[in-house]
Amino acid sequence: MTTTSQDLERTKQRNQLSQARLLGLVNRVRELGLLVVLLLIILIVGIQAPRFLSIDNFEQILLSIAILVIVAVGETLVVLTRNVDLSVGSMVGLTAFVTAYFFKQLPGINLLLGILLGCALGLVLGMINGLIVSFGRVPAIVATLGTLYVYRGLVFVFAANTTSQINASDVPGGYLALATTQILGIPSLILIATVIAVIVGYFLHASPTGRQLYAVGSNPDAATIIGIRRDWLVFAAFAASGLLCGLAGVLWGARFGTVDATNATGLELAVIAAVVVGGVNIFGGSGTILGVVLGAMVLGTLQNALNILNISQFWLQALYGAAILGAVVLDAFITRWLKRYILSRRKKV
Amino acid sequence: MKRLKALLISWDALLVALLLIGAVIGSVVSPYFLSSYNLENALPSNIMEIAIMALPMTLIIIAGEIDLSVASVLGLASVVLGLLWESGHPMWLAIGVALLVGLVAGCLNGLLVTRLALPSLVVTIGTLALYRGLAYVVLGDKAVSDFPTAFTNLGFGSIPGTQIPWSVLIFAILVVIFGVVLHVSRWGRQIYAMGNNKEAARFSGINVGRVKLILFMLSGVIAALAGVIFTSRFSSARPDNAVGFELTVVTVVLLGGVNIFGGRGSLLGVVLAIFIVGVLENALSLVNISGDIQSLTIGLLLILSVLGPNIARRIQVAIAHRRLAMGSIKQV
Amino acid sequence: MTNPPEPIVELSMIAKQFGGVQALRGVDLKLLPGEVHALVGENGAGKSTLVKILAGIHRPDAGVMKVGGEVVELRSPIQAQALGIAVVQQEPMMFPDLDVAENVFMGRHPRDRFGRVEWKRMYQEVDQLLASLDVSLSSHTPVQGLSVAEQQLVEIAKALSLQARVLVLDEPTAALSSHEVDELFAIVKQLRERRVAILFVSHRLEEVFTLADRLTVFRDGTHIITAPVSEMTTEAIIKYMVGRELSNLYPKSEAKIGEVVLEVRHLTRPGVFADVSFQLRRGEILGFAGLVGAGRTEVARVLFGIDQAESGETWLKGKQVRIRSPQQAMEYGIAYVPEDRHQQGLVMNFSIASNITLAILQLVSRLGLLDPRREQKIASEYSSQLRVRSSGVGQVVSALSGGNQQKVVLGKWLATNPSVLILDEPTRGIDVGAKAEVHRIISELAASGLAIILISSELPEVLAMADRVLVLHEGRITGTFPRSEATQERVMFAATGQER
Repeated sequence: MTTTSQDLERTKQRNQLSQARLLGLVNRVRELGLLVVLLLIILIVGIQAPRFLSIDNFEQILLSIAILVIVAVGETLVVLTRNVDLSVGSMVGLTAFVTAYFFKQLPGINLLLGILLGCALGLVLGMINGLIVSFGRVPAIVATLGTLYVYRGLVFVFAANTTSQINASDVPGGYLALATTQILGIPSLILIATVIAVIVGYFLHASPTGRQLYAVGSNPDAATIIGIRRDWLVFAAFAASGLLCGLAGVLWGARFGTVDATNATGLELAVIAAVVVGGVNIFGGSGTILGVVLGAMVLGTLQNALNILNISQFWLQALYGAAILGAVVLDAFITRWLKRYILSRRKKV
Repeated sequence: MKRLKALLISWDALLVALLLIGAVIGSVVSPYFLSSYNLENALPSNIMEIAIMALPMTLIIIAGEIDLSVASVLGLASVVLGLLWESGHPMWLAIGVALLVGLVAGCLNGLLVTRLALPSLVVTIGTLALYRGLAYVVLGDKAVSDFPTAFTNLGFGSIPGTQIPWSVLIFAILVVIFGVVLHVSRWGRQIYAMGNNKEAARFSGINVGRVKLILFMLSGVIAALAGVIFTSRFSSARPDNAVGFELTVVTVVLLGGVNIFGGRGSLLGVVLAIFIVGVLENALSLVNISGDIQSLTIGLLLILSVLGPNIARRIQVAIAHRRLAMGSIKQV
Repeated sequence: MTNPPEPIVELSMIAKQFGGVQALRGVDLKLLPGEVHALVGENGAGKSTLVKILAGIHRPDAGVMKVGGEVVELRSPIQAQALGIAVVQQEPMMFPDLDVAENVFMGRHPRDRFGRVEWKRMYQEVDQLLASLDVSLSSHTPVQGLSVAEQQLVEIAKALSLQARVLVLDEPTAALSSHEVDELFAIVKQLRERRVAILFVSHRLEEVFTLADRLTVFRDGTHIITAPVSEMTTEAIIKYMVGRELSNLYPKSEAKIGEVVLEVRHLTRPGVFADVSFQLRRGEILGFAGLVGAGRTEVARVLFGIDQAESGETWLKGKQVRIRSPQQAMEYGIAYVPEDRHQQGLVMNFSIASNITLAILQLVSRLGLLDPRREQKIASEYSSQLRVRSSGVGQVVSALSGGNQQKVVLGKWLATNPSVLILDEPTRGIDVGAKAEVHRIISELAASGLAIILISSELPEVLAMADRVLVLHEGRITGTFPRSEATQERVMFAATGQER
């Protein structure tokens, strides 16, 4: 190999790199797009109602989506592996109720113990999901549809045998303070959600196990052939989703104070909306936590905007639906455009 | 003899057994269970909307897709019906427009799935939210409850001479129609083919896109019909009518032995599953067990219906392997 | 020359059976370091079975495998990899959502002391690997956009990073342009210099002459000969590949050839095939010969309405037509028996009867309702006419042997009463006995007036059955031979791009 041909190869490689970077950027289109949509909403609504742009309001938005983000992060782990967890709403409801009840019955108990209880319960529920899917070989949509019912039923059984409702006055102030404390001026809920998003996001990027999650969703058979332990990874993803739902349940009880058996019913819809709008492929293999957070922010901002503009909240669900549909339709067109671009690029070679 | 044995351990046979067990439990826990009013009226009327929606859902799932927006279409149709009636339009017009709304809603689902090749799971989750949201936008917080008796008789009244509600008759007619379509007509054969192997169906000259579009439109119309019945039964049109029903509909279909991945299942199994769920819910409510705990039982049934056969198969394979290892199966 | 090197991989008396078909009958193979060893043979010769055994995907029924001088029993692909055997399949298994670097390193990411993925080092290493192969691909490229050629290069880079001692390339050039082939060969030569043992499976002989040092010929699962390439000629290789008694395998009855039924003029689908023109007559069997990837199936798909041509004309019985869908093709009397009977030809969970009637549902139903008696009658007719061996037309098709399955597909299309029948690799994966039967059937069909296009990669089959042979190469017709002039050599030459 002469020096000049080596240089030529290196130049070609650099060109390739910039082309690759461009293509990689296209993958980032979703996050950029969400940012743009977010800014647009802020702009449009901000002009109409200046109080939309206040720090206070911004904090309100973040507070409203904090718990959603925590659950959506767990759901993302599951969806990345080409599965889905429909039972998240029931898991949050169950852990919220049990935790609140725990604090009501044992008011002097250590706060940490209560938190651990909620998380542990969530973990167990998630592991059951994982067992049914991974080792019972039941399709995730069937399994978590079933556990959606079973876990929700358990809340009602629990409530029937204890108390139908737990009020804010029944639980120790320390528990409620979980949601209202401020650290460095930022509400703890927002901090917790941020920390979790950052940790899981980092895990997905920096840990080999996290990368294997992507592989499992992208091509499950290829993953098995190269020795990735698919069953364990899927099990772990469901367990993690349960754990995060447990934490979310603990915070739910702290935030809302009044807890009954219908808590968090239907939460799975908002979670899946955040995940889909956030750019996670429902067939697995691609998606980022950043995207999911931005997706949740777009949805939360929309809800807040409706409030501020005095548009009835009744438009909210319709908007959620439109957002999900818009996201998938857009994805289909972007994929088509990408394929055409790649094909045309190839013809020039 | 072999065929009889196969029949006896078939899924449908299991469902019949479950149904009988459910009926026995029902009669044991409550003296009212076997009363004619209960069996002819109370039990069926509570399950009819789900029963009706389960019919097109069966065909859609066998064809390899899913429609999670059915309950929202029900709600939307109900609200449109109520609104038109309240603003003075004749009942036949209100019902007609409500059905039309269902048709259009189903058409949108179908077009997104067939023309844009989008996954039906995500599309119908989106339309679930969209259609329900539209219902809220149309009617808001209110409810329309001022319906004429002729209308409420549809859902609430019974066929003269019996205590059986009209909705059961509608269901019976639909069961016959859907049963014939799925099991005897050539479109049913096409549906099974595309659910099993979409490409092979296409290569055989079957217009997969058109069939699926029609199925989604059918699902929409039937959901709207269920909305009409629901509204009549409760004499109330509200945007939150039937929230969450779609999950029960899917559960009933899967419990009936239809494979979630498509290509397999029978309408008979689904009808049996409808009755099982109906009997269970009825028996449990007779002893004042709330609806949510009823759902617990349904959820368990659903999981076991797939888990059970899987585990049974694993055991069979394990036994076969052990026999192989011990050399009792001859190798060529 | 110094002492001959020790073989890295040594296979002796390897045998493998698949459901009644003997794919390999006690074959031997030795792979030496720093040598390109070509494995040639026709379709069904057993080449891909051997590759799968080397990859650890299949276990041989008999025989011994030695790697690095030690006897091994490969139980899984991971084990094969650990022993230094890397296989590049015809269709590489990639993770489409990830980039090149991760595809190379998935499962063995380079880690720093905290256990975190070292992205920078990973990209650098992969870039270096690719650069050392003179490949201008960047490690950041998402795999989704890569062509098959580029994916193969990624697999080779992966093999290198695994320190593979053996690299198996299974028909690597099937989907490559000639430029890409040159690039690939340059890399292979480099690897040879690095003392990697390379097994190059192919039936493209000019490539074998360019690249290989030694070659082995398989035929019908048997090892025929191993020799240095320098001692072989094209004619000799072909003779070893093909040399079998043709006569009793291909009963051919003379058919009366009638008027033109189908005519195609300048059919073009950019990037796939160009300027394809031919005529097809009643009673004629027109053979489409060529290598895998030559474009024959693609032409068939256009004729059947699954894909559309961009330019050109199709004429049926004297009238110009535009075929936009399989239904339309069927209305015009065209039937297509596809290449892949599992994915495209049959619904495996359906019975024989349901499969046979799948394309004629309207004919077996009255007022939309299926008539089971008519179904049964038609299915039984075709089933017995084609001598499908089963326990009845109600038997599920997945329980049948490959040969019988293929007959069911044939029956399905014959039931549509076509005037043009396109057969795509009709005897692929079928044992010899069933092959003869299928050939007899094809012959009889032609005699009864059907116009038949026979697409086949098996040279003897085409030569024995066809009245005329059309040869395609990279999307263009490179030769047309009437039966009397078609010889193996001539067809092979045209198929590999050389024109005489």
